[in-house]
Amino acid sequence: MGESNLSKSYMQSLIEDLRTSKLYTDLQNAAQAEISKPTIRLSEIKKGVQTGLTNSGWDRKLRNAIFNFLQTHPKVPYPVPPPEHVKEPLQFLRKAQLQWEKRILKSLNSMCTELNIPLARRRPDKEQKEMLQKWTELGIEGPDLSQIRPVYAPKDFLEVILGLQNPNYRTSDTAGFFAMWGIVQVPLKVKSIDELRLQYSDMAINQCQSGIDDFVDIPQELFDMERVKLGRKVIAANHGPIAQEFSKKGCPTSLREHLWRQILCIELDEVDVLYYEQLKVNVLQHDLLVDSLLYKDVKLTATNDDQYFVFEDFLYQVLLPFSRDTHVLKHFSQNSATPPRSYIRGKLGVDEFMVLYPPNGVIPFHGFAMYVAPLCYLYKETITLYYVFREIYIRFFYRLHSISSHPQGIVALSLLFENLLQTHEPELFFHLKSVGCQPLKVAFKWLVRAFSGYLSSDQVLLLWDRVLAYNSLEILPVLAVAIFSFRKTNLMKVQSYNAAEAVLADLTTLQVIPLIQLSLFSK
Amino acid sequence: MYQNQGLTSSRMARLKYATDMDKSVLMNNFETRGWVPVSPDDDWNFYWANVQSIRNIFSVDCGYRLTDDQVINHFPNHVELTRKDLMVKNIKRYRKDLDKEGSLLAEKDENGRYIHLDFIPQTFMLPADYNLFVEEFRKNPNTTWIMKPCGKARGIGIFLVNKLSQLKKWSRDSKTNNFTPPTSKDTYVISKYIDNPLLIGGKKFDLRLYVLVTSFRPLKCYLFRLGFARFCTVKYNASINELDNMFVHLTNVSIQKQGDDYNAVHGGKWTVQNLRLFLESTRGKEVTDKLFDEIQWEIVHSLKAVSGIISNDRHCFECYGYDIIIDDNLKPWLIEVNASPSLTSTTSSDRIMKYKLINDVINIVIPPGQPPDVRWNRVPAKEHLGNFDVLYDEELAQQDMVSGDPKKAGTMFRGKRDGSRPSPATWK
Repeated sequence: MGESNLSKSYMQSLIEDLRTSKLYTDLQNAAQAEISKPTIRLSEIKKGVQTGLTNSGWDRKLRNAIFNFLQTHPKVPYPVPPPEHVKEPLQFLRKAQLQWEKRILKSLNSMCTELNIPLARRRPDKEQKEMLQKWTELGIEGPDLSQIRPVYAPKDFLEVILGLQNPNYRTSDTAGFFAMWGIVQVPLKVKSIDELRLQYSDMAINQCQSGIDDFVDIPQELFDMERVKLGRKVIAANHGPIAQEFSKKGCPTSLREHLWRQILCIELDEVDVLYYEQLKVNVLQHDLLVDSLLYKDVKLTATNDDQYFVFEDFLYQVLLPFSRDTHVLKHFSQNSATPPRSYIRGKLGVDEFMVLYPPNGVIPFHGFAMYVAPLCYLYKETITLYYVFREIYIRFFYRLHSISSHPQGIVALSLLFENLLQTHEPELFFHLKSVGCQPLKVAFKWLVRAFSGYLSSDQVLLLWDRVLAYNSLEILPVLAVAIFSFRKTNLMKVQSYNAAEAVLADLTTLQVIPLIQLSLFSK
Repeated sequence: MYQNQGLTSSRMARLKYATDMDKSVLMNNFETRGWVPVSPDDDWNFYWANVQSIRNIFSVDCGYRLTDDQVINHFPNHVELTRKDLMVKNIKRYRKDLDKEGSLLAEKDENGRYIHLDFIPQTFMLPADYNLFVEEFRKNPNTTWIMKPCGKARGIGIFLVNKLSQLKKWSRDSKTNNFTPPTSKDTYVISKYIDNPLLIGGKKFDLRLYVLVTSFRPLKCYLFRLGFARFCTVKYNASINELDNMFVHLTNVSIQKQGDDYNAVHGGKWTVQNLRLFLESTRGKEVTDKLFDEIQWEIVHSLKAVSGIISNDRHCFECYGYDIIIDDNLKPWLIEVNASPSLTSTTSSDRIMKYKLINDVINIVIPPGQPPDVRWNRVPAKEHLGNFDVLYDEELAQQDMVSGDPKKAGTMFRGKRDGSRPSPATWK
């Protein structure tokens, strides 16, 4: 890996993290087992144990754990900033996020009052037993959802983002200085197309890709077979960074589930199984209002989707335990959002009676279930499905619905979309703008859902391959721009917002990888 | 052939069609082509008929003679393939014939089961085979069987059986006083019920695939890529208590539609592409390819089983609806073949798919730019295949064999598995 340029404090937190992990005890036990081997020479005990650990694969596990830490913990600059700056350095965005959270909570609370249902209640024993019995078919008789409505939809969230203003910055009404046609008013630094080309250079047209060169009408011998062969070798190496590098050109369908697990460093053991079972017990014991929201969301989205309806019951088995999972809270140290608080009845404001609600701190919105749905194609075991989803969420998806200045946050992604489109399709942008159709108003929902439910299932997976491989969500706005370019001829003819939306309504026929190549590399 | 294109296209414009079915996917296709509607009694070029009309047209008494520019959508005696009892009879006979010839295809394992041709669930006719059935039933008394009336479709009259007493009505004894041979109305087939179906999301499904045959001798058949899986709305449960619950067992849309949980947006239909993505992701490429290869294998052999017996009228083509169930060992079982797969659209994507189906069928049977002529060589240009893939073309395969180009013959059957068994090309 070359010379380490990590600060001392970063190394310290890495070591601390490792010390408290299960891997640490496992390693200790393994080292002990090595020592007691008769072949070990007393004079070379350190060397002997180290080689022993390497040979038995523990060295790989340690490397994977460090890789995982590096992926999930941003490097901290020196001097160490205060925690709220790690969450979000810009004060006006912090404030905006806070206000948005207040609005969500208010709307949640008013739904509670209006419908006279508590945020949480203990289930009577009988009900718990019934629920346990139908755990694998929760979709059949869910709770009464007629009164439940999603707390917010991407459209509402877009309004908030459009309202963001940097108080230190005047987006003057006088033309000239900052002549952006788009509607995002926050000046953030986003990448230029050249920087993106460099970042995604492995996707260049002269590189063979899964998602293009493995099509049906191309002989398998040309690409597919070799690719799968190489992929098997990569999997055998069991090392996250290698899997990640390989996936930059896409994962062969049959190897995807394994490669993703390696990139995300997911190796399940009995503790993980127990942990999931405990979450399940928590679901059975308490009925939360968010459960109804999750139910409603699945019913509104996946249940009616001809690609995902088959997996309806899996979605409940993932989403309900997810809402109880306090491990998810960890990601709030980097998320501009803060988990909502609630107080035991009658003790409002008294800190000892404060609880986080829901336990994982995430209030679902309309479309949330679609973050899980495509994964159901990969994992038929609920437990694996659960952990893969959880990891993807706390690495990536949370950024798509919180306000922050992070380059992967939804604000920057929206801005990147507008910048790219304005730079590379100025004619199209201007036309749409002048007929009253701001492009972001159509594309925003794609971005928030990472295109899940808009593209066909295989294409979503090919797209997410690249999200995981490049460890970045910036591919989403790139694809959004590509789609606008691709449908340009028809879009140039539209005269209204609705007509533009109609042109872009059905994306299920698109092949995403050639499109991305087209918009990144063809000009 | 192309120099008088102007002439042919003006003649094309006058192409006349007749139909017994007022289905929008048919009518839209005919109208888009600018065809002119005529009555079935007039001189039509293209007739999309129901099976009753076919019976009349080809009956001996009728004396109707089709001309060279007339094309019709059923073979006269398609029932040999599409009636449940006849299909089983023909496949059994086909296997026996191959066995007699000493063909490697008819190889059997140590239990006397065909290794390559065991693709229909064990089946008996009732009342004819009642005694044979009872013998088999006693061997494995804990098996569930499924009773289906021979001449009915869409899940009508089907029930599950796990006790002999449920079949008293069909035993030889109750028929002793009755010397009239049973008609297809009261004959049944009883088949071993596939009680270990592959479940996805806990639910049972079957496959509906469309197969177009333009000739039986030589066999020319095409498989439509846009088939689908039909899901039950209720979780699968093999327990005896649920034997009467047809929402658990039957995937027919006409049955599932009546359930409370039926979803009108997707109609419980999942594309074959999605099924393939799921299987390849969760089970691997090899087993998935093998499954789809086997499905093609079964279709081709079911057609070969009747190719000698179907009257190969050159005016006819037929688009069959194949029903296939996959068990949890990923083995596909051919359940039945429908002569008139439903053209009613339950959802919008269903309508698009069926529109394409009819469009592609017409392009293959009446090549665009040419007048209908039954004497043509029935080798459609690649660009006219649409969403169909050539499943098997006996004539081309033989030509390639003769010309000593086995590689080209492999366009239909690629590679050889275990020496004797050619494996059909993979499709996605």
